[in-house]
Amino acid sequence: MTEQSASDSSTGESVTGAQSLIKSLEHAGVKDIFGIPGGAILPAYDPLYDSKIRHILVRHEQGAGHAAQGYAVATGGVGVCMATSGPGATNLVTPLADAHMDSVPMVAVTGQVGAASIGTDAFQEADIRGITMPITKHNFLVTNPADIPRVVAEAFYLARSGRPGPVLVDVAKSALQAQTSFEWPTEISLSGYRPVTRPHSKQIREATRLILESRRPVLYVGGGTIRSRAHKELRQLAELTGIPVVTTLMARGAFPDSHPQHLGMPGMHGTVAAVAGLQKSDLIISLGARFDDRVTGALDSFAPGAKVIHADIDPAEIGKNRAVDVPIVGDCREVIADLVAALTAEQEQGNTGDYEGWVKFVAGVKMRYPLGYDTPPDGTLAPQYVLERLSHISGPESIYVAGVGQHQMWATHFIQYENPNTWINSGGLGTMGFAVPAAMGAKVGRPEATVWAVDGDGCFQMTNQELATCTIEGIPIKVAVINNESLGMVRQWQTLFYEGRYSNTDLQSKRIPDFVKLADAYGAVGLSCESPADVDETIKKAMEVDDVPVVVDFRVHRDAMVWPMVPAGTSNDDINYARGLAPEFEEDDL
Amino acid sequence: MTVHTLSVLVENRPGVLARIAGLFSRRGFNIDSLAVGPTEDSSVSRMTIVVNVEETPLEQVTKQLNKLVEVIKIVELDDRDSIEKELMMVKVKADVNNRGQVVDAIALFRGKVVDVAPDTITVQLTGNADKLRDFVAVMEPFGIRELVQSGMVAIGRGSRSITERAKPLAVPVEQPA
Ligand SMILES: Cc1ncc(C[n+]2csc(CCOP(=O)(O)OP(=O)(O)O)c2C)c(N)n1
Repeated sequence: MTEQSASDSSTGESVTGAQSLIKSLEHAGVKDIFGIPGGAILPAYDPLYDSKIRHILVRHEQGAGHAAQGYAVATGGVGVCMATSGPGATNLVTPLADAHMDSVPMVAVTGQVGAASIGTDAFQEADIRGITMPITKHNFLVTNPADIPRVVAEAFYLARSGRPGPVLVDVAKSALQAQTSFEWPTEISLSGYRPVTRPHSKQIREATRLILESRRPVLYVGGGTIRSRAHKELRQLAELTGIPVVTTLMARGAFPDSHPQHLGMPGMHGTVAAVAGLQKSDLIISLGARFDDRVTGALDSFAPGAKVIHADIDPAEIGKNRAVDVPIVGDCREVIADLVAALTAEQEQGNTGDYEGWVKFVAGVKMRYPLGYDTPPDGTLAPQYVLERLSHISGPESIYVAGVGQHQMWATHFIQYENPNTWINSGGLGTMGFAVPAAMGAKVGRPEATVWAVDGDGCFQMTNQELATCTIEGIPIKVAVINNESLGMVRQWQTLFYEGRYSNTDLQSKRIPDFVKLADAYGAVGLSCESPADVDETIKKAMEVDDVPVVVDFRVHRDAMVWPMVPAGTSNDDINYARGLAPEFEEDDL
Repeated sequence: MTVHTLSVLVENRPGVLARIAGLFSRRGFNIDSLAVGPTEDSSVSRMTIVVNVEETPLEQVTKQLNKLVEVIKIVELDDRDSIEKELMMVKVKADVNNRGQVVDAIALFRGKVVDVAPDTITVQLTGNADKLRDFVAVMEPFGIRELVQSGMVAIGRGSRSITERAKPLAVPVEQPA
């Protein structure tokens, strides 16, 4: 930002509301916006034309929203998207709901019909503030142009502070067109919003006591550790105590997969070691996780012998699903740092936990029940193999962005994550179509990184139009389509729970569309691979392309299933690590 | 299930009521009654919300309400330590033959006649929910033509005020470098 524009802020210069909006976004530090113009937001696109903010013209507003999410997660900053009123705004509903579920900091700016027309069913009018109330952290409707700088400053503060989330700013066209004065605020005050980031020392003492007393503790690590950038502190805590770690779907990468204390991901498709680690523990130390039903299974039989320390920045998560022994409200990074300090002090006094038997037990489970898969007998391609090789060849510095379905679960298991913010997916909402636009956003935010979208053939067909954006805007993402010619995850449930009656899950995507031609049509490189022998070479070929997007059609065996699995609504004790195979625990080891 | 009375101070802005009502319906909390009005501070409105929930969900109700940016403060009022009132107006059938009887009954409840027509009397009555229920039971035999009732408003006893609040915390806004 130039000195001149900084000094503008104190003068209160006369501008249009549209200019005020763009200046506000510049002052908020925005560098990239994903969006599509239209009537109501059009005034804002005029000053945007001259701004140093890069606007990336997407092909669908859903793409703009997911791109803003991918950008936010990859960079750790706030993602921004823009759309016009009515259909433009309603197309943002899915990404907003997605960001709300996964606590992704983003700001969506939408145009609204002129203030005088609001409520008249005017052309392209939709009450987007009303529609998005339950799926945003907060939202604003601006009709007075003088409010624009303050509202933008508040929106960014709300999006990134406390528990991050999406904030929508809906601006009436009349406010964009009116003359106003611009002054960037020096402070804001929101009387009803004071997130607590510093944990209470009494709770830290209580937690320390429980940790030292416990015999079978586990660190249950959630997405909050990623959002609060707590990975270094987490590793200190784990290594200081020797306590086993599980990382949820939202926390993959918060703790290195290669670390011997890591038991993997818990939950419905969790590893046996992670599920057992929680289930048989006597103390769950929850760090930025929320006891989601996909993790706990049937709540009444979840980790029945465990006391719970629950640390979260959002007090409403504490005790929501599971009763808590020690609640800690605070930023995960500060909480973990305080626990490290308290436990170090105890250690210096000679007080350490005794977890030896427990660590041996979980290590035994991890060894006996590693992640695995069957190689298809007919020599066709196993999807898991593709992801193993992708992980090996592209490596842990790459960013992997998944869609939703079987491929997402294989991508979380068979790719090895060593760094935070390298795994981006739609965890809470489970939005098919997330991968391509989110990968595009991640690549814009981290242009030096290799970004792979791991997508299903179903998901890919929901949002692949953004390949046009990627080619034209020079955003060379790579897409691995795990093509099992079906809505695979749904098909797996039909195999297991509907006697193999495959109602409406056959996509025939090995026939239509031709993904290689589709890629070509978008100006991307299209590759195809259906033999295990060609996997490495195909991935390497894709790695060599760095000027345009690449789409690889991995034509895989359609009957592969995701294991382990805890059927929905049942107890985690009923985990199967393969069809009909339940693990046996040698409880004597405990 | 038990009845809880929440006094909620909110910013006096458009859309706040919709946010709160939406939160209750989406999280499956039932509202027994809701009253909104201004306070001594024109920037703040006060809602009195009566909910019927168990203890744990109540904690969720207040925590979720607290997450709304425009909610400033929530206080649960204990019915033994507060004054709770509802306002009711009832249009009762009453003609020359039984008007005296109706007026006597109204007097027993210290109701106030606010309008009289040849065949009806309109009564205003304030009190807690029990009193209003009893009054309706007594009026019913005469014939109730129309009934309207406000949500409950409540205030704590003693000199303490829940609206005295800490000055809003000002947060510095990052300035462009
Ligand atoms: C927008 C949306 N619609 C429907 C679903 C339900 N759903 C979950 S997974 C899935 C199948 C995904 O198929 P595909 O993308 O081919 O991935 P696969 O499971 O085969 O790996 C469906 C339909 C969803 N999650 N999101």
